[in-house]
Amino acid sequence: MSLSKFKFDKRIVLSFWIILIALIIAAPTLLPVFRLNLLGRYLSLSIVALGVDLIWGYTGLLSLGQGIFFALGGYCAAMYLQITSSSEFPNNIPEFFALYGVEKLPFFWEPFRSPIFTFFAIWIIPALVAGLIGFLVFRNRIKGVYFSILTQASLLVFFNFFNGQQKLINGTNGLKTDVTQLYGQMVGSESMQRIFFWITAILVIAALYFAKWVVKGRFGNILIGIRDDEPRVRFTGYNPVVFKTIIFSIAGGLAGISGALYTVQSGIVSPQFMTVPFSIEMVIWVAVGGRGTLLGAILGAVFINYAKSLVSEALPASWMFIQGGLFILVVTALPEGVLGWIQGDGPRNLLQRFGLKRKIETYPSLEANNNEGNNE
Amino acid sequence: MNNKDVLNLINITVSFEGFLALNKLNLNLKKGELRAVIGPNGAGKTTFLDVITGKVKPTKGEVIFKGKSLVGRKEHKIARLGVGRKFQSPRIFENLTVKENLEISVSTPKNPLNLINKNIKDEQLNEIERLMKIVNLAQKVDSKAGSLSHGQKQWLEIAMLVGQKPDLMLVDEPVAGLTDEETDLTADLLKSLSGENTVVVIDHDMEFIRRLDSNVSVLNQGTVLCEGTMETIQKDQKVIDVYLGRPED
Repeated sequence: MSLSKFKFDKRIVLSFWIILIALIIAAPTLLPVFRLNLLGRYLSLSIVALGVDLIWGYTGLLSLGQGIFFALGGYCAAMYLQITSSSEFPNNIPEFFALYGVEKLPFFWEPFRSPIFTFFAIWIIPALVAGLIGFLVFRNRIKGVYFSILTQASLLVFFNFFNGQQKLINGTNGLKTDVTQLYGQMVGSESMQRIFFWITAILVIAALYFAKWVVKGRFGNILIGIRDDEPRVRFTGYNPVVFKTIIFSIAGGLAGISGALYTVQSGIVSPQFMTVPFSIEMVIWVAVGGRGTLLGAILGAVFINYAKSLVSEALPASWMFIQGGLFILVVTALPEGVLGWIQGDGPRNLLQRFGLKRKIETYPSLEANNNEGNNE
Repeated sequence: MNNKDVLNLINITVSFEGFLALNKLNLNLKKGELRAVIGPNGAGKTTFLDVITGKVKPTKGEVIFKGKSLVGRKEHKIARLGVGRKFQSPRIFENLTVKENLEISVSTPKNPLNLINKNIKDEQLNEIERLMKIVNLAQKVDSKAGSLSHGQKQWLEIAMLVGQKPDLMLVDEPVAGLTDEETDLTADLLKSLSGENTVVVIDHDMEFIRRLDSNVSVLNQGTVLCEGTMETIQKDQKVIDVYLGRPED
């Protein structure tokens, strides 16, 4: 099922993990606070990218509306923080309500007084919304480009709604989290940010393994089947609507977690999370990293965003051109993405082209079969 | 209609914006029967399969399978009731291995929870091995289905069809693009499947149909022109006119 004929040695994998864990633990001492915070944010974005890879790379559903679920997770987290930190404000509700003359917490925010409820809401609410949107769309057999357009239209609906609701969610200003308190600590403080970084790093790894588990066996094969030939799956007795709804809902849940982590580390959630370009960027991260590779989604999200911040610091106006160029390069030269290219025969073919490596002299299909046999 | 019949098509009419793809088609299949369906291009052969499998809803008429009406049921529900279909050009999952393709077909129950939680059952694994031996793909277990030759793809799809354990197998042009030897083997395979299963084979290849040695239904302009053994239909004047051509041609 994996697209790779190329496998890493077990010892390399083990040492890779040891180095990775050491780096995660040491990162707060190695990096300046500003860089650590950026890295934490990019790692949280890699979780939404994982979801995009599940629905697009595996199932063939190109959603341009993942920002909806990302923002929902962010709003859940931010509202909880605002409510718990509102004891000195009038009526014991978040400060911004007073600006619009609201004296009582809107009813649907009441449950967010509870940390346990919030903990579940961050991923369950986006997952339910995604499941509902997904079910309605998939049941009507809307696919391909129509699905993409529909998700983008939903994104705009959500954006406009959130933008206009001052009395409920502070509208276009969004909800700030950096000056709120959590367990007696400022959320924006260095020590809290360090903890958030670690939580994020752990959750990225957990999300990666969760995603791997989802696509590992027969369930994942059905997803690939739906991507490649949906009617065939149907005539074999499977209901694609159920499978697509489940995976879209999982991607929504991941987006929610991602949004919550991103919010607490960037200090604010606002309708800007639901702009069209941001949701398209999520797709670009996955395309560049490598569709259907999972790890590629994480690497794509982290490296592209890191490049974005480095380039923007040096040459403020040029990032959009570079990002566009990168996307064109990947689509034309590396359609499998960078990781897909490495796992395929990309590097070897490149070396051969420059005469640095001898061409294989065995019968290629024979060798491919042997390799696959050895992996069992 | 009697209770030995596994499938009854009663007065099926399918109209595509006025064009009658099927026109008052009647057809009955007995349990265990092997039936060949032939007809010129545009006779409605594929539409006939689409109606049974739920892809196309008939404008008029009734499809009764094992005593239940299939009209209005979703494709996957019809498949679960025991109707399996092999497509004209091989439709297998090219990015999955041979074994994974067969796993998809033999797995039951076909709900997500079962597939994500549990490993495949031992008896299903045995069934996969048996199928791979029947269609000569045992050497190719872990090869990508996309790397198979055309004939092997046809056979993989037939194996997937058998793995579904359908009571009714609908096989659309199974020997298109196969060598003579492969064609003969396919004919024998289909013959051996009938008896326990009911098999409908659609094809153009007269040699292949003759080798199936079964009852033949001739479709023309969306309706059954003639039914009987190969010898009977070859002598039928109507069939000769529309399809077979005169012997001296």
